[in-house]
Amino acid sequence: MPEASQGDVTYGFAPGQRVRVKTGDPPGHIRTPAYLRGKEGVIEDRQGVFRNPEELAFGKTGLPKKPLYLVRFRQHDVWPDYSGPGADTLSADIYEHWLEAI
Amino acid sequence: MAHDHDPPAPVDGGDHPPTEYELLERALRELLIEKGVFTAEDVRRTIDDWDTRTPANGGKVVARAWTDPEYKARLLADSKAAIEELGFDVGPAPQIVVLENTPQRHHVVVCTLCSCYPRTLLGLPPDWYKSKEYRSRVVAEPRAVLKEFGTEVPDDVEIKVVDSTADLRYLVLPARPAGTEGLSEDELAALVTRDCMVGVTNASAPG
Repeated sequence: MPEASQGDVTYGFAPGQRVRVKTGDPPGHIRTPAYLRGKEGVIEDRQGVFRNPEELAFGKTGLPKKPLYLVRFRQHDVWPDYSGPGADTLSADIYEHWLEAI
Repeated sequence: MAHDHDPPAPVDGGDHPPTEYELLERALRELLIEKGVFTAEDVRRTIDDWDTRTPANGGKVVARAWTDPEYKARLLADSKAAIEELGFDVGPAPQIVVLENTPQRHHVVVCTLCSCYPRTLLGLPPDWYKSKEYRSRVVAEPRAVLKEFGTEVPDDVEIKVVDSTADLRYLVLPARPAGTEGLSEDELAALVTRDCMVGVTNASAPG
């Protein structure tokens, strides 16, 4: 797992912490899928810090780098009518600025 | 010895008007070559390089993990370094993460936003992986989608869908099939298909 701090970037969330994906539908190159916005999950892992793809897509530097997390969701929390077992999960990589603590 | 020709095949392209994206690609490529950013030879070599990357590369990584527990531990802890140990160039980015299927958990990988895929190890993704149908359905009803691939996952096994939305690429390490104890590493590698490294199927014993 990456260190809690990489260079000037500090992780705001720790594995195990519950988070909610922010809502909203800004224009541009957004890497947070619409179907996960507003959903609650748990931080599964810290994935490293990366240049912000939302800015890179428009020829900017993408700096400062943004922390990226693997966030795990219960399928029943993502899809209220999910038909599979309660243990089924879905994980996705979400940037910190798209997450809020619960 | 008979002198054989390949059967005549239609030449792809040119039989339909170019699409807007094809025209855009061509215009951009010609401009960049004219400006000296890269050469036509660079483009050809890059396409050639991508065409030589096949799922056999991923198969070698999986077979080594099946036969060498210490290698598997390194692969799960630091996938990039362990893959490079076998001589594969995974480049500076994106990073590859290996997901181990176990008796308790089955992984399946998708990119709902586009077509992110561990290309350095598997080559170019198949059309179904890029289809809107796979991308929209496998996150919402993975069990139904896997069943269409002929894969039944028991209800007491968790299905974990991993949506590669950002800077990491995911490769599934399938379970080693039963009855393969006597096989060599090369024979095992031949059992590892593209689809089982995406997680839509399991690896099967030969026959």
